[in-house]
Amino acid sequence: MKKGPRFKPSAPLNTFWRDPDKRGVVYQVLIFSLVLWLGYKTFRTTLANMAAKGISSSFDFLNNEAGFGIDEALPIPLLRGGIAYFIFALAFGLMAVFLLARWRASRGKTIGESTPLVLLSLALIFFLPVLVLHATYDTIETETYTEASSYGSALIVGVLNTLKISVVGCILATVLGFLVGLARLSTNFLVNKLASAYVEVLRNIPLLLQIFFWYFAVLQTLPSVRQSLTWSNLFILNNRGVLLPSPHPTQWFATTLFLSFGVIAGIVLLARHAARVKNLTGRQVPVFLPSLALLAGVPGLAWWILGPPVTFTYPVLTGFNYEGGIALSPEYASLLFGLTVYTSAQIAEIVRGGIQAVPLGQWEAARSLGMNEWQLMRFVVTPQALRVIIPPLTSQYLNLTKNSSLGVSVAYPELVAVGGTAISQSGRAIEIIGLTMAVYLTISLLISLAMNWYNARAKLVER
Amino acid sequence: MGRIFLFGLALLLAGAFMAPSVLGSTLDDVRKRGELRCWVAPSLPGYAFPDKKGNWSGFEVDFCRAVAAAVGVKVKFDPSSPRDRFNSLALGSLDIMTHATWTISRDTRLSTDFVAVVFYDGQGFMVRKSLGVDSAKKLNNASVCVLTGTTTELNLADYFRSNGMKYRPVVFDNPIKALKAYDNNRCDVLTNDASGLAARKGLLKNPDENILLPEIISKEPLGIVVRHGDKQWADIVRWVHNAMIIAEEKGITQANVERMARTSKDPEVQRMLGKTGSVGKDLGLSSDWALNAIKAAGNYGENFARNLGKKSKIGLSRGLNRLWNKGGLIYAPPIR
Repeated sequence: MKKGPRFKPSAPLNTFWRDPDKRGVVYQVLIFSLVLWLGYKTFRTTLANMAAKGISSSFDFLNNEAGFGIDEALPIPLLRGGIAYFIFALAFGLMAVFLLARWRASRGKTIGESTPLVLLSLALIFFLPVLVLHATYDTIETETYTEASSYGSALIVGVLNTLKISVVGCILATVLGFLVGLARLSTNFLVNKLASAYVEVLRNIPLLLQIFFWYFAVLQTLPSVRQSLTWSNLFILNNRGVLLPSPHPTQWFATTLFLSFGVIAGIVLLARHAARVKNLTGRQVPVFLPSLALLAGVPGLAWWILGPPVTFTYPVLTGFNYEGGIALSPEYASLLFGLTVYTSAQIAEIVRGGIQAVPLGQWEAARSLGMNEWQLMRFVVTPQALRVIIPPLTSQYLNLTKNSSLGVSVAYPELVAVGGTAISQSGRAIEIIGLTMAVYLTISLLISLAMNWYNARAKLVER
Repeated sequence: MGRIFLFGLALLLAGAFMAPSVLGSTLDDVRKRGELRCWVAPSLPGYAFPDKKGNWSGFEVDFCRAVAAAVGVKVKFDPSSPRDRFNSLALGSLDIMTHATWTISRDTRLSTDFVAVVFYDGQGFMVRKSLGVDSAKKLNNASVCVLTGTTTELNLADYFRSNGMKYRPVVFDNPIKALKAYDNNRCDVLTNDASGLAARKGLLKNPDENILLPEIISKEPLGIVVRHGDKQWADIVRWVHNAMIIAEEKGITQANVERMARTSKDPEVQRMLGKTGSVGKDLGLSSDWALNAIKAAGNYGENFARNLGKKSKIGLSRGLNRLWNKGGLIYAPPIR
């Protein structure tokens, strides 16, 4: 029963469906609604299933007393008093510099072109927050975790411990990774082969095994407390960990710190002056050695005249263990070694790939311009290699952060370990797993955000 | 990431595609599966320990065998981390859980029920003799290896807090790792249920160089746990335990149970072993449920002697775990 064509040549076509852009929007809205609906359905069904099994869901338990102990709990900074002022000052400084940059950009200029603005920016970002911290130091409040603290505090201690391992791990893995990556490009046979062996062995052994190796095979075979390996009392090593003297600021700490800010401002001025002279005359004004002299000399002079900016507390053997000083537990150390070494092998490959991605012609061109090896690396190779290196490097940082959850296997109290204890003591599995996921997501997104910002700056600027 | 996260993820995924459901009768599920899933303590000689061939033996292993025999199915042992066991039980991936200390919060807050106490224990401390410590009161500032998700973790905190002492917990998710760390001198002290410490002492490099301190700092009634809400299943598990106690009282053993079932003149024994009455049917089981259970694991005293007693490798005395009429706490309500 086919109807005759109702074709009117003058009628407008149904342009909405013919337009691929509009069609695309419809599809996207449909898919997005479907995902939302699935998420909502999951949420509702999970709650209903839990209710059917007699499991209630609520976050009230976070205020209940945890009742279990956590070793190496960092003090929890409370978001009031000095800490709040500091965060406010930091946010204010960053915001101000951001607006300053926008204002300069609207006039087609950058902050970097004006020496006073560079100094102002430095002052806003570094000097101002530290000054505020110094002025409000006495109002800083922290909570020390004890068995009587709440589940919420226990989880925050877990988050802080996760950050403590992730931040240090990322920094060390980057340094080690760059060194090994460069060594793999070395023309020296031995250096080259050693670096290759390092990469191939370490990235092909599962991370968990490496962590177990450090924990059970290396660190637990160290001598016991009473037979500690010591180097005077500056460095003490035993199977309970590494102990170092802990620094404590004296009355002159702030003075020395602010003098150092002055020195940094001076170095910035000197460097900019040198760059200007070089542009105008081609003459190289010495920068590196005078900077070094200023950095060491001014604080050194302050120490000599005023007194030491810090004093140290040394660890002392009392009863079973050493007390005082900074203690790195074997749990922290084995996790740190495992994460650092494993990730550094991955980063080494990324660095090697990034540098090899710079075409040979670029090296040759730079050399024929008469650049020395330092200038060649600094101005030609590194900027181009970084574009290739940064995106995969970001993934490695994210991996390292998430892999820190393996700490639970060697008794390091990071978020998953503390969360696991909290789950079994409180029975609040869904809530705690949800919180844990949210925390990892937040940390990962922050790392991505920072690295994407850096990537945007380093990537090819087309003019 | 551990089982706990897989569990959470599985729960969320399952949640998306499952209609809201209530778990059915455990007895029906177990019969349909032909297998009883029983959580036991990981590598705890005397309670639950696999030999090199993977054959399990132990006090709680034999209890699970008795329940399985009463129902008429096989048994499978799950020695996973104690951290996840309550959730696994609540969600139906276990049928019975052993070796859990009965506390009010576990009974009320979690979706699980305690049906019986099979062993009365208390928390103790193990130290090396070379430490020269003879009392837990002298453990200020000690490093203590402890297991996550146990009552011992909480008792430890309470004990040091109430005695004004400090300690440094090293918290493991697996008892074998904790034992190894203690053995490697990572900790001064290992803490657990006292009987568990005695049982694991044999696994150390030099067992004789370690001692248990005299203090017992808590009550640890080690119970059997089932999922909340399934009354029939709770009854079955509770009465298998009671039947084993009554068997010891009446002198019924693994060896003579068949003969006793035929010849005993004691009306309670006749009711228990299915000669008269309908207790088996009332439980939803066959009439020879208790007969099968005792044939599989013996009476309470036999089970204790075989796995934990003076003549076993563990060498524990009955202590609180003697029958009520011999000065202990082991007591069963009558079968009537």
